[in-house]
Amino acid sequence: MELAFYIAGAMAVMSTILMLTRLNVVHALLYLIVSLLGVAVVFYTLGAPFVAALEVIIYAGAIMVLFVFVVMMLNLGAPAAGIEKQWLTPGIWTGPVLLAAILITEVVYLVRIGASGASTGAVDPKQVGMVLFGPYLIGVEVASMLLLAGVVGAYHLGYRKVEKPEIQHDADTNERRAAAGGDLVLAGTDQPARTP
Amino acid sequence: MFSLGLTSLLVRRNLIFVLMSLEVMLNAAGLAFVVAGSRWHQADGQVMFLFILAVAAAEVSVGLALVLQIYRRCKSLDVDELSEMRG
Repeated sequence: MELAFYIAGAMAVMSTILMLTRLNVVHALLYLIVSLLGVAVVFYTLGAPFVAALEVIIYAGAIMVLFVFVVMMLNLGAPAAGIEKQWLTPGIWTGPVLLAAILITEVVYLVRIGASGASTGAVDPKQVGMVLFGPYLIGVEVASMLLLAGVVGAYHLGYRKVEKPEIQHDADTNERRAAAGGDLVLAGTDQPARTP
Repeated sequence: MFSLGLTSLLVRRNLIFVLMSLEVMLNAAGLAFVVAGSRWHQADGQVMFLFILAVAAAEVSVGLALVLQIYRRCKSLDVDELSEMRG
């Protein structure tokens, strides 16, 4: 139990450090997902399976999907398929897959022995719910207002782009992307081409 | 031990990396809450973690919409901003 906790914590810290040192956003996202899964396993070993499930569903599910969508929107383009093929070389995904495999063997072992934070203080979801809708009822209401404000704000920020037609930058054509060998043209590489 | 590696995350210049490091920092705060709650057998820590989760979700949605706006605008205005955002 203790050993599983420490292994999961080390996994989380290690993948966070690896996330920091990546230059590519997508690779960093992979390591960030592994880090969140590691934190979820830490929660499970601490005797909070409800919070662990929420962590996996909301953080590693919803928020990471948001990040991935934004990254995809930032570099659209026809040569993206070639770039994708280049990204799928084994050297890139072996790191996160290795860390995730260690985590999943740990989870399988923990479920097999049926231990859920028996050594430390386990807090079951029923207790959490009683406290959440008891003394913290105002907090729940405030959180719902905050989420509503977040939805309205994101809609507003995302809506205004539709009204204005986008100005087509001359570095933003597919030819330039293909010449630069990437989705995003490196800024400044098109300086001699432009005649202001 | 965890927040030590997290507060140093904000050195990155990329905006998406800044958002991701914000995620990690919120996550570390929630982890501390849950650990403290399980240490003293209280459910308050997990309640606080739920609140942190809601805050993180709202912050990320608004922040990513802002990133889209900035990207779109900087691509048409300032090239140095764009190169900075690529990280």
